[in-house]
Amino acid sequence: MIGSRREVISGRVLLIVLMAVTVLPFVSLLATALQPSGTYPPGLAWPAHPQWGNFTQAFEAAQMGRLLESSVLIVAGVVPVSVLIATMAGFAIGHLRMPGGRVVFLLFLLGLTLPFEGVITPLYYEVQGMGLLNTRWAIILPLIGLFMPFSVYWMRAHFVTAPDELTDAARTDGVNTWQLFWRIHVPLARPAISSLTILLFLWTWNQFLLAIVLVDDPTKRTMAGALGAFQGQWGTNIPLLCAGSLIILVPTLVVFLAFQRHFVVALLQGSLKG
Amino acid sequence: MTRSSNLVAAPPRPSTVVGPPARRRRRSRRTGWAGWLFVAPALIFYAVFVLRPIVLTVQYSFYDWNGIGASRWAGFGNYTKVFTDPELYESILHAFELILFFSGVPVLLGLAIAATIRRIATSRLALVARTVLFLPQVIPLVAAGIAWSWLLSSTGVVNQFLSAIGLGGITRAWLGDFSTALPAVGLIGAWVLVGLCTVLLMSGMTKIDPSLYEAARIDGAGLWREFTAVTLPSIRQEIAVCVTVTVIAALASFDIVYISTQGGPGDATMVPGLEIYELAFSHRQVGLASALAVVLIVVVLACVLPIQRLARKGGAQ
Repeated sequence: MIGSRREVISGRVLLIVLMAVTVLPFVSLLATALQPSGTYPPGLAWPAHPQWGNFTQAFEAAQMGRLLESSVLIVAGVVPVSVLIATMAGFAIGHLRMPGGRVVFLLFLLGLTLPFEGVITPLYYEVQGMGLLNTRWAIILPLIGLFMPFSVYWMRAHFVTAPDELTDAARTDGVNTWQLFWRIHVPLARPAISSLTILLFLWTWNQFLLAIVLVDDPTKRTMAGALGAFQGQWGTNIPLLCAGSLIILVPTLVVFLAFQRHFVVALLQGSLKG
Repeated sequence: MTRSSNLVAAPPRPSTVVGPPARRRRRSRRTGWAGWLFVAPALIFYAVFVLRPIVLTVQYSFYDWNGIGASRWAGFGNYTKVFTDPELYESILHAFELILFFSGVPVLLGLAIAATIRRIATSRLALVARTVLFLPQVIPLVAAGIAWSWLLSSTGVVNQFLSAIGLGGITRAWLGDFSTALPAVGLIGAWVLVGLCTVLLMSGMTKIDPSLYEAARIDGAGLWREFTAVTLPSIRQEIAVCVTVTVIAALASFDIVYISTQGGPGDATMVPGLEIYELAFSHRQVGLASALAVVLIVVVLACVLPIQRLARKGGAQ
């Protein structure tokens, strides 16, 4: 078994190297963020006098408090509604199998590969026509629509496997369709729903294109969109830019580490199913 | 980044017949109406913010329009321009070149790594690695772009490392050099996607029946033969998923390019997504932007559908 032992060791080494490369940009961001503000620091070097004050400065310069609030509002506007209506649609298509459901499903599949850039121009004029440009609704409403193909696809995949017997039994007890959905099938769909919630949270928080096109005011954008504006403003002050980037990616990291098991499972299923 | 597609519509499951026919008929009649009510909200959002914009994109693409004034019918003029103006068709070629980095590198590297660590896939280290390797998937691409622009800059870590190992001669501002900018952007994409691919392929490999490997060993198969005869065929589905996800990420790339190079130097890293954005919102050439958008939508479909077909055929064998 010497061969397999060598395999184990080389596997370990490979994993560690890969992890190091993955973490490198984060370490570099941190080391640079701690350099004196306004300097042009050389490569990767731990500063002699770490300037933790850069974080406070970046926090204030980017109005980080308001950005956080804005991102939370956008997520709160997008995710619950998307999850609810996608679950309802997935239930109807996958479980109730109403007449014409297959056609509706194919219609949703059509949007699965759509790059957002493909529709961003008409979206701009549509949102402008609604008078919503430069408001958070300009990001919230289109995102709900754009998330529908994947979300409905995802929830349908769950409801296709939901047992018919349960529904038939409930029917004989005189349960109406809404109760059947809300009281019986939604609780059973919780794993699928929580994975979808995690994915949509992530995609909303990190949404960039819609934010920079539809909203001019960075404080009404998503975190990612605001970072774009921050780079434009502070692009020459490297330590401050790095500090700002770190602050902006901390919330997703915290949420990720808190729910990491769910995240990994959700992302894996998300790409496998999707 | 994980937005992806599996355009396989599962055939409707034969419904289990329970109870007398009369009851079944009643059920389907009652749910017929309710079903549509359940689908309606999702369908309305989808129709307003996806289907209508798709139709509008196609419509715009046949006009010359500056976004404000009157529009003028242009026929296929905008499409002709997409395929004859070097700046435009080269952006599409760039997107294909990015596939090499966004898909090729992560999938091949992911395969190599996953196969090597197959034996320790359930160890503690591998579990930690699973979390760490997912980090790039979780952060905004914009942040990845900023971090890497810094790493790849003339005084960045990459050059520091190259100088340290005696390759000081090739150091440069990687994202600012005409010949290296596009590969450098590709490298950022590869960094983002390699973890996802590795973990996906790894989880596929843990599902393979170990007796298959034993059988292969008994037949005297070497490591390579084992890999091609047992591992690869068993994870066809996972490979297809990796390729699909990464190809879409490459063709529709925007965030990373916008942050790290803005399409420059010159147009060396211009990609369709960024070109659409600039045409529509900086140059006010809405018709031309829309024509490119239609081409991009079609190119993505033309690349993804064959992958799905291949994967399905493989699964049926």
